[in-house]
Amino acid sequence: MRRRLTLAGLLAPPLLWLVVAYLGALGAIFATAVWSTDPFTNQVVRTFTTDNLRTLVSDPTYLRIIGRTLMIATSVTALCALIAIPFAFFMAKVAPPRVRGLLVALVLVPLWASYLVKAYAWRTMLGPGGVLDSVLGGTPGYGFTAVVITLTYLWLPYMILPVYAGLEKLPDSHLEASADLGAGNWTTFRRVVMPALLPSIAAGTIFTFSLSLGDYIAVQIVGGTLQVLGTAVLQNITLDLPFAAALGTASVVIMVVYLLAVRRTGALENL
Amino acid sequence: MRRTTFARAVALGAIAALALAGCGTSDTGTKTTAKSGGFVPPSLKALDKLGTPEGSVNVLAWPGYVEDGSNDKAYDWVTGFEKSSGCQVNIKTFGTSDEAVQLMRTGQYDTVSASGDATLRLIAAGDVEPVNTSLISNYPDIFDALKNKPWNSVNNVVYGIPHGRGANLLMYRTDKVSPAPDSWSVVFDGGSAYKGGVTAYDSPIYIADAALYLMSTKPDLAIKNPYALDARQLAASVDLLKAQKANVSEYWSDYLKEVQAFKAGSTVVGTTWQVIANLAQSEKAPVAVTLPKEGATGWSDTWMVSAKSKHKTCAYLFIDHLVSPKVNAQVAEYFGEAPANRKSCAETVAKDHCTIFHADDEAYFSKVYYWNTPIPQCLDGRTDVKCTDYAEWTKAWTAIRNS
Repeated sequence: MRRRLTLAGLLAPPLLWLVVAYLGALGAIFATAVWSTDPFTNQVVRTFTTDNLRTLVSDPTYLRIIGRTLMIATSVTALCALIAIPFAFFMAKVAPPRVRGLLVALVLVPLWASYLVKAYAWRTMLGPGGVLDSVLGGTPGYGFTAVVITLTYLWLPYMILPVYAGLEKLPDSHLEASADLGAGNWTTFRRVVMPALLPSIAAGTIFTFSLSLGDYIAVQIVGGTLQVLGTAVLQNITLDLPFAAALGTASVVIMVVYLLAVRRTGALENL
Repeated sequence: MRRTTFARAVALGAIAALALAGCGTSDTGTKTTAKSGGFVPPSLKALDKLGTPEGSVNVLAWPGYVEDGSNDKAYDWVTGFEKSSGCQVNIKTFGTSDEAVQLMRTGQYDTVSASGDATLRLIAAGDVEPVNTSLISNYPDIFDALKNKPWNSVNNVVYGIPHGRGANLLMYRTDKVSPAPDSWSVVFDGGSAYKGGVTAYDSPIYIADAALYLMSTKPDLAIKNPYALDARQLAASVDLLKAQKANVSEYWSDYLKEVQAFKAGSTVVGTTWQVIANLAQSEKAPVAVTLPKEGATGWSDTWMVSAKSKHKTCAYLFIDHLVSPKVNAQVAEYFGEAPANRKSCAETVAKDHCTIFHADDEAYFSKVYYWNTPIPQCLDGRTDVKCTDYAEWTKAWTAIRNS
C-alpha cells in the first residue's frame, strides 16, 4: 500500500505537468482553432467553425508558407547532419582520448550564449559592411539563405552531441574488422558506420527539424521580409487568435507525421 | 499492443478537443452592432470622484511617452510623480496599436496611450470606460482642436484625454539617398532605385499610407480620406504595397530595430517617428527626416482608463501629471511631437518647439491624417458605398506580407 502511495506521489508532479500544462495547452490550441473572431473588436467568438482549417488547406498563400517552412527545416536538418557527422567522427574516433572531453565542452559552449545574442551576431555579420561583406566581398543579405545559415549554426550542437554519442558506442573493432575484410574507407563508412549511426542521426534531426519548423525569432532578425509558419502565427495572434491556433495545429500535424516516419525507420527503438 | 494504446490515446485527445470546442456556443465578450453613423458602445460609467491613491499604476505606453530615466538619465518625468503621489509606475511599451488592443484586453493595465486606430476598438469591446474630464485639472488648457474628436469620443461622451499629436515622417540616410527626397514616391514608385533598402511599418494601418499616396498620384480613384476605402480603392492600395514589397528590406514594428537598421545601413529610406530619428542621430547615424509634399498619416493619441482597472485614482493622477504644462513639454520634446497642453509651449527647452511641430497650426494638421479605425460606415461621409473595415485591412495586409 505504502509502495503505491510513494509511487503515486513521485509520479504526480510530472504527470500533472504533462496533463495540465502540456496536453491541456495542446487541447486549448485545437479548441481555439475551430472558433472565430468578432471582426471589429477582434475578440474570440466561441462558435464552432471549420473556416480557419479550410482556409489553411485551400488558400495557396498559406500552402506556400507551409512549403517554405518545410524547405527551411529540411535544409537546416540536412546541413546540420552534413557538418555534424565528420565533426563527431573526428571527436569520437580520431582525436586523442585526452582531448575528447575538451572538444565536447567546446561544442557545448555556444549553447551558454543567449539565443538573441547569437541571432543578432549573425545579423551584423550578414549585414552590409559586415564580416561576410568585407571578407568574402558579398553577402546573401537578409532572407532565406540567411535564415538557413543562422538556424544551422544555432542547432548544430543538438546534432553533434547525439551523433557523437552514437559513434562512441560503435566499437573500434568493427572498423578494424571491416578494413580486414577488404573494405575501403568510403565502403566502411557507408556499410558499417552509417547504419549504426542512423538512430543517433534520427534523434538529432528531430531536434533540428522541430526547432526550425516553429522558429520565428531568428526569421524576424535575419529573415528580412520572409514569411514562415512562426511569423504567420505571430502576425495573427493579436488580430485573429483562432487562425493563429489553426496554423499552430498545422505545425503539430507536420511533427506527428514526421515522428511517425522516424519511428518507422526503427530509429527510436535503438536509442 | 502498443499501437492500440497509442490509437486510444489519440482518439481520447481528439474527443476532448472537440468537446472543448463544442462547449460554449454563446459568444463571449460584447458583440457590437454597427449602426449607420456609428456603433453603440457598452454603457460604462466614468469615475465620479478621486479616492485615495492605490499605491501603483500599470501603464501601457508608446515608446518614448513615459520615461523614467532608465533609457537616458536626462529624461525622467516619472520618478518625481512617484514621490509626490505615492503611486509606483510600472511601464510597458508596445510597437503597434494591435499589440496595445491585445494587451489591454488582458485587463492588467490601468491606462493606455491609444492612437485612433485602437481607441474605437477598445471602446467597442468595453475595455475602456468614459473619463470624467472634471477630475483632470489640466484639461481646460488642452487645445480645443484635440477635444471631442471622432476617435476619442462617441456620441459626445469623452473616452480619453488628448496626449499630443504628430506625423509619420520620411527618414533617409543622407549619404546613401540623393537627391534629398521630398515625396513618398521614393518608397513607392521610385523605390526600385533603393531596392533592398526600403522599410515600411508592419501593421495593416500602413495601407492608409499607400492610400494617401494614391490621393495625389491617382486622383481618378477619388480617395478623400485614407481610412475610408471602398473595395476598389483598397485593391489599388494593396497593389501598390505588393509592388513595394519587392524593394523592402524589412518591415519594422520595434523602434529600436529600426534605429539599428538605419545605423547599419541595411535600410536607407522609409517611414519613421521623430523619436527614432533623434535616437539614430544621437548614435551618429547620418539620417534626416522630412514631411513629404503629399502629406502624411499621423496620430493624435489619447490616454484612456481601463474599465477593469483597480488603480483608477492613480491612473487619473498620472494622466493629469502627463498633460501638465512642464511634463507635456518634456514628452513632446523627447518624442518629437506637438504637445496637447497650450501652456507647454512656454515650457519647452527649444523656444520654437511648438512652431516647428505646428502645435497650434490647424492648417498643417489638415494635411496629416490621424490614425483612425476603418469601419464599414465610410469615414468620409459617403453613404452610397460600403467601406472596408479593419478586418478586411488585416486580411489585405496578410496577403501583402505573403505575396
